[in-house]
Amino acid sequence: MTKEVSIVDLVKVIRSKNAGPFELTFDIIFKDKLTYEKVKKSKVITKELIAKLYHIPIEKVLYFVEFDPANAIKATIVRPVDSGSIGETDVYGAQQHAPLLDIKIPYEE
Amino acid sequence: MKEIRVLSPVGMLGYGFPVESFQKGLEKKPHVIAADAGSTDGGPHKLGAGVGIVSKEATKKDLTLMLTAGCENKIPVIIGSAGGSGAEIHLNWTLEIVNEIAKEKNLHFKMALIHAEVEKDYLQKKLAQGKIKPLGPVPELTAKDIEEATRIVAVMGVHSHIKALGMGAEVIIAGRSNDPAMFAALPIKEGYDPGLALHMGKILECGAMASTPGTTSDCMMGYLREDYFIVEPTNPLRKCIPSTVAAHTLYEKSSPLHIIGPEGVVDVTGCKFEQYSERAVKVSGSKLKKSKTINIKLEGASKVSYRTICIAGVRDPIMIKQIDECEKHVRDTVLTYFSNISPEDYSLIFHIYGKNGVMGELEPKKEITSHELCLILEVVAKDQGLANTICAFARSTLMHYSYKGRIATAGNLAFPYAPSDIPTGAVYKFNIHHLVEVDDPDELFSIEMVEV
Repeated sequence: MTKEVSIVDLVKVIRSKNAGPFELTFDIIFKDKLTYEKVKKSKVITKELIAKLYHIPIEKVLYFVEFDPANAIKATIVRPVDSGSIGETDVYGAQQHAPLLDIKIPYEE
Repeated sequence: MKEIRVLSPVGMLGYGFPVESFQKGLEKKPHVIAADAGSTDGGPHKLGAGVGIVSKEATKKDLTLMLTAGCENKIPVIIGSAGGSGAEIHLNWTLEIVNEIAKEKNLHFKMALIHAEVEKDYLQKKLAQGKIKPLGPVPELTAKDIEEATRIVAVMGVHSHIKALGMGAEVIIAGRSNDPAMFAALPIKEGYDPGLALHMGKILECGAMASTPGTTSDCMMGYLREDYFIVEPTNPLRKCIPSTVAAHTLYEKSSPLHIIGPEGVVDVTGCKFEQYSERAVKVSGSKLKKSKTINIKLEGASKVSYRTICIAGVRDPIMIKQIDECEKHVRDTVLTYFSNISPEDYSLIFHIYGKNGVMGELEPKKEITSHELCLILEVVAKDQGLANTICAFARSTLMHYSYKGRIATAGNLAFPYAPSDIPTGAVYKFNIHHLVEVDDPDELFSIEMVEV
């Protein structure tokens, strides 16, 4: 039976952080290989989804990678302002992950 | 069996680590003790203003343990990105602490200082030769950027650390260094695989962060062998598992598949992470692809303005509903009142916590659901006086604005502090984040040997 599962129930880690002063990177690390493979197969988490969640044009999503050895999906976007510059809201970029927590995955039990 | 052991006591020099963990690390007979002392994470202010990220006392505490153990056991001690940003002022700050410790503990050693601050004339020449290119989403470098930078550092790789070790350094205090360099230098010098050495360095540079429970404030041991490496926290309360080490491989990197540095690119696509023993993880398969040219990262910061902030709470629900309109009123009133001042000389920024204070324009939730808001009025201006003036005016305008339906006529803001306005000083930005192509890294990094 397929039902929608919150991503929060499928992961060990969801985090955001600076990758240098000009980029912001998101790590989604799943509980185990099986969960990771199921989510990958669902094709819900994509470059397009990241752009949509953060209301940014897709060109601003610089990298989108599935990293099998860590059971992880990783995306990197251009920072709205470079770290610590005028208009900054989060110097370390460590609290920009919240929109990812709303992702729902259609999941077969 | 061929093996080299590297001890990382702490993820950031000055964060502190348990002495017992450090002792347990020393019992493993490490060949080198290394620590990272800097980062760009805290923003451009440290590099621009020439200040550190941790206190002198904390740095001294950590360094005392490391230097004493290094001298007693004849183990080289390497500190990279000294003082927080690794420019001359940061190097000198660290040097003073080292000298104090040596005097107090009666320690004697041969020390290498590796300088990483870059001369502007040299960079102007490189720019004219077309040898500088942007790193990441930044504009092309201009001569004006170089001129305006308060300080510019180059980020050294293992090259300079290896050279200093070759010159007989027992202690290395290095300016801005690529994070894994301090940990990978001795292994690469001794002929170990550079891809594995750099990947191990990437794991070790954050202390015990790649273990569970993870922290930067504890020790991690790296064992590099012929074709794999092992990492293990020295504190028995922590352990490495494949997922924590794999997860750390992608930490703070744009792409997890490639760890980019001055030596080239470490390709980790074919990596294997396996449980080696109860608390240790074995990593294999990391490969260094050397770059054809030597490209060194440059970091520069310039002073752009001065800042004054005012922190205030809002609890009135009638006002909270109209917070955007209130912001607009303040902006319009400031513009009109200061019509004699060019709007380019200042910016007025509203941080509205409870609305989008944390995420700004990235915030997808548009509706305010909180019963109270925290406002930070921020003014950045070309000088401190102007920032103070505009902040004071914006604050009083908002305090007494008669928004629609207002029934609380005494004042609109709850200030937690008196004075309400706080001048915070100069504001910097990273105005250089580029790569420079060099024939030889020695062009940028000079080594000074000192007898302590």
